[in-house]
Amino acid sequence: MASEARKALFEPLVSNNPIALQILGICSALAVTTQLSVALIMCLALTSVTAFSNLSISLIRNHVPSSIRIIVQMTIIASLVIVVDQVLKAYAFDVSKKLAVFVGLIITNCIVMGRAEAYAMKNGPWNSFLDGIGNGLGYSVILIIVGTVRELFGSGSLLGYQILSPVSEGGWYVPNGLMLLAPSAFIIIGLTIWGIRAFYPEQVEKPDFEMQNAHNTAAHGGGSH
Amino acid sequence: MDLLSLAIKAIFIENLALSFFLGMCTFLAVSKKIETAFGLGFAVFVVLAITVPINNLIYQNLLQEGALAWAGLPNVDLSFLGLISYIGVIAALVQILEMFLDRFVPVLYTALGIFLPLITVNCAILGASLFMVERDYTFSESVVYGAGSGIGWAMAIVALAGIREKLKYSDVPDGLEGLGITFITVGLMALGFLAFSGIQL
Amino acid sequence: MKMNMNMLRQGGFFHLPNDNIVKTIGVATLLCLLCSVVVSGAATILKPQQVANKLLDKKSNILTVAGIVDANKTVDELFTQIEPRIVDMASGEYTDAVDAITFDQRKAANDTEYRIDLDKSQDIASIRGMSKYGNVYLLRDGNEVSKIILPIKGYGLWSTMYGFIALESDGQTVSGITFYEHGETPGLGGEIENEKWQASWSGKQLSNAQGEPVLSVIKGNVSSATPGAEYKIDGLAGATLTSNGVSNLIKFWMGKNAFGPYLERVRSGKAQASVNKLLNTEKG
Repeated sequence: MASEARKALFEPLVSNNPIALQILGICSALAVTTQLSVALIMCLALTSVTAFSNLSISLIRNHVPSSIRIIVQMTIIASLVIVVDQVLKAYAFDVSKKLAVFVGLIITNCIVMGRAEAYAMKNGPWNSFLDGIGNGLGYSVILIIVGTVRELFGSGSLLGYQILSPVSEGGWYVPNGLMLLAPSAFIIIGLTIWGIRAFYPEQVEKPDFEMQNAHNTAAHGGGSH
Repeated sequence: MDLLSLAIKAIFIENLALSFFLGMCTFLAVSKKIETAFGLGFAVFVVLAITVPINNLIYQNLLQEGALAWAGLPNVDLSFLGLISYIGVIAALVQILEMFLDRFVPVLYTALGIFLPLITVNCAILGASLFMVERDYTFSESVVYGAGSGIGWAMAIVALAGIREKLKYSDVPDGLEGLGITFITVGLMALGFLAFSGIQL
Repeated sequence: MKMNMNMLRQGGFFHLPNDNIVKTIGVATLLCLLCSVVVSGAATILKPQQVANKLLDKKSNILTVAGIVDANKTVDELFTQIEPRIVDMASGEYTDAVDAITFDQRKAANDTEYRIDLDKSQDIASIRGMSKYGNVYLLRDGNEVSKIILPIKGYGLWSTMYGFIALESDGQTVSGITFYEHGETPGLGGEIENEKWQASWSGKQLSNAQGEPVLSVIKGNVSSATPGAEYKIDGLAGATLTSNGVSNLIKFWMGKNAFGPYLERVRSGKAQASVNKLLNTEKG
């Protein structure tokens, strides 16, 4: 049982990362990574929502009629997100201004819904809670990587502290404006996935269409679609 | 703000997928073939064009601070209920649409298939409603904004599917195959869409 | 139904099979009740804190733009030096039609009672409508008004930017500017929050001899050799559209459709006089 718990907590970090492997929860993640501090708050919000939604859904999993399963999960998640949103507005006003609508979008973050459906409906409360934290942290790992790269090279600072002194303030670093724009986030994630898959070759997807030598083509009959 | 310029802004300049990263999970997962991408794009367009105006009515008449004045409650501010109401409307509408299509337009129903239920958790839909509230659109603007952003999202996913169909024949490094190269492709597409941001109407 | 009742009696609600209709409705109702208690509980308990945050944020922004910073005093203590007033946009005169402390120009812009719709030729800042009364905050130095703080807003690249501008008592020299809410790209357009850039506004001139607002954010940098440097602000690198948005909102809010008439009165000394008169009557 302990190993099951450990698996639930640590596997999503790298080897079964929700963003890099399961294609979950990319949506709201990217828009909030131009500053590391904002990305960190977003990670915290998402991790707590995932953990508690997993916990509460797992607690009632034996009593949820399958016909209203989805809407029950949705209601629980939406309520949790509203609570998080209200707490942020009350105790972290500046950050909540920066996150704006993206806190609300945690509701439709596929990680929360996906873990509720795939894990919490089948497992006990404690393991589900750990699975929620694990997946939240897996999401955080990618967000922190992207946030660090974007803030460091985009504005030369980390968490607001100037690390590379920019030209505009008499330093030497010319900030790379592209890092602050939307496209850079995609490219950084693409490269991160490449990095992860270099270490875990079993994650590499099989190409739809194999390059083959001309004399082999007859034997294999082209690629599969 | 002119309605036409709002439409163009929603489709190109502020494209939900490529400049706000919304609806990414489905965007990346269901863009391997043009036909399925087109079906999903169309479904998203329909749902957006209906839910944004409905949520606009709900916000203006029920949730906004002072909106309940007609019921004799001028000081009630229910805007914190926004999130749960919008997602409720979206989930309910998707269900109704599914049943309606199944009954009256079976061709479209089979074409859209499993994509309809997926739309409930598509952040582009909820995102558009939240942006509508944040930017204080009027009812007619919300109709244009909903339809426009739906067209923009559909266009983006069809374009990506087109690229990915061609990409099948290229020799991509092992680790980048599939998801990795798709991310980079989307990044380059978003870069292209940035060119629209200079347009002012 | 009878069977349901029997089963209810035998094993209690939670032992009903999951596809049972009573259980379906029951679970849904229970869940709704629970969630609504949690959500509205959180909203009600945290509401005072949130309202206080918003108010504090607004006050501290006004104080920042006025240049009053004192770490030893609370925001509320410092704010006693500021006198909120209401201006009728059309005539430029002070008015007591609405309460100066609770009236919120930003909210009123969406209230049919106070809203003025702007047509395309007037709407330089892309805000579509404005309130017919404006909030004005006066920094008092004894009986004299030393600074005038006006709220500004306008559309940038992605979003509406909200801020305050502080003018010297001549109604012509800028003493400071701040933006407290915007959704511009952090690091590019988001640099409107940059304190160095905001500081570069200090001492700039608002209007030309004809009283038209000409102060604008240009592309590139302003040096003392630039002709008309007193009417020009450094552009934000990589954020031309945000810079244009800032120029537009200055042109609009300082122009004839918004605070223009009021500033005209300030420059000719009429508004100043009316403040003093009011203060005197208050004392008397």
